[in-house]
Amino acid sequence: MSSDLRELYQSVILDHNKHPRNYCKPACTNRTAEGVNPLCGDQLTIYLDVEDGVVKDVGFSGTGCAISTASASLMTQTIKGMKIEEAERLFEGFREMVTSDPKSDPRGENLGKLSVFSGVREFPMRVKCATLAWHAMSEALHDTGKTATTE
Amino acid sequence: MSTAERLALRDEGFDPARAKKDFPILQNTGLIFLDSAASAQKPQCVIDAIADCYSRDYANIHRGVYELSARATAKFEAARKTAQLFIGAAEAREIVFVRNTTEAINLVASTYGRQNVGPGDEVLITEMEHHSNIVPWQMLCEDKGAALRVAPMDDRGALMLDEFKKLLNPRTKIVAVAHISNALGTINPVEEIIRLAHAQGAVVAIDGAQAIPHQRVDVASLDCDFYALSGHKVFGPTGVGVLYGKAALLESMPPYQGGGSMIETVRFEKSTYADIPQRFEAGTPDIGGVAGFAAALDYVSDLGLDAIERHERELLAYATDALAGVPGLRLIGTAPQKAAVISFELEGVHPHDVGSILDHEGIAVRTGHHCAQPVMEHFGVPATVRASFALYNTREDIDALVRALQTVRELFK
Repeated sequence: MSSDLRELYQSVILDHNKHPRNYCKPACTNRTAEGVNPLCGDQLTIYLDVEDGVVKDVGFSGTGCAISTASASLMTQTIKGMKIEEAERLFEGFREMVTSDPKSDPRGENLGKLSVFSGVREFPMRVKCATLAWHAMSEALHDTGKTATTE
Repeated sequence: MSTAERLALRDEGFDPARAKKDFPILQNTGLIFLDSAASAQKPQCVIDAIADCYSRDYANIHRGVYELSARATAKFEAARKTAQLFIGAAEAREIVFVRNTTEAINLVASTYGRQNVGPGDEVLITEMEHHSNIVPWQMLCEDKGAALRVAPMDDRGALMLDEFKKLLNPRTKIVAVAHISNALGTINPVEEIIRLAHAQGAVVAIDGAQAIPHQRVDVASLDCDFYALSGHKVFGPTGVGVLYGKAALLESMPPYQGGGSMIETVRFEKSTYADIPQRFEAGTPDIGGVAGFAAALDYVSDLGLDAIERHERELLAYATDALAGVPGLRLIGTAPQKAAVISFELEGVHPHDVGSILDHEGIAVRTGHHCAQPVMEHFGVPATVRASFALYNTREDIDALVRALQTVRELFK
């Protein structure tokens, strides 16, 4: 098996796919948004409890591929306790990492655990999978009531 | 060689490996293409025919008095004749050139449909239709206060003919059915469907997009009223399709789009419309595309549709056996009458991940809902992996697929 496939499907991603964290609707939520990828049928819902500009709690539900499920799982772990602005900055950094030119220096060294998604940039078709949960989270943060769609 | 002679050919010695050599994209690229149900690859002769049209025979058609335009028109009309003979239509004027199957179905819905379906009437489709054979009828029914009825399939993906019969009634004005399901490969009993529908006075429109590249179709012996097909699925270019309609029905129908070519005379008070098929061909058509389409039909006729069908039946049996040996693989769609389309899911792995890994191994398959979301709902899956075969696929392609699926399992174990 080739190294970039292993790079894409790192063990952390496979683990979060099999056992997604925060895969539930938290007891208390005040912002919700749905994310859909009409091309592959992936659909997930992000639940947030935002108080005083801080993400107090977060969870998700839905179905998707390993990349989108693991991304949602790791995202929920990472943004819990963050300020809204921090979460948004993190989304920017994450997006930059997965969309950067594969020939350029690797990005995401300051993204902690999320750097397991750095292999996605070798697979442009999978960027939408990796960012679906993040788009939904962003819609929820802004309480737009809109569905985040990859198309 | 005439098209009729080509059709009469029986090539017992069909060799897929030799046929594969006709397709430039399959040469020296390592590509294993298992997504022909979405769109087929193009042989060199089709690419050449398009280039020849633009290099030698191109001008607008049905217009100029100059020799080049006359020649372009003659070639265009010869292509119509080729299509007529290919599907067994009685007359060339029963062949309407459109963009694709979707446009052919929309044409029927917005002309025959709007003229003949009224409040309380019904349009009957099946549960396994492609979105393009659902939504145009849904739009028509909403517009006219008619009802869309859906005949169910069983858990093998076969049409439940008894249920279909129960849904047919004198209010049924149109029956629209796929000849072959794109998501499942099910071959529908269209002869019987047509007979039953006619007995109730309904007209029948067949979505033939998936059937045309894989088996001999004879619209006259089927006795269908409309038959829709896409050129790009039968190794021709995108942008060209055919609506076949019985001449008497086409003649009774109002125009589809207004514009040049479809008129007889235009006055500000009132215009009169051209005869069929021009009445339904407003504007300059895809002239180069039609040249490529005719070349594609000749190519398939030369190889022999019976030989192609035999080859694909053998591939289907081989692939079905081979895939049954992959642990955790569930076939979706196991109807007794099937074409060379295999939908499946792999336990614990989302189809999208399967597709990415197969792609990485050089194998192109389709993953997703295949524009047939009701089918996915029936089988309780968000998506499937679909491998579909065409004349250029070989047993080696299927062996590679099985090996790559082992890689998927290894990665996800």
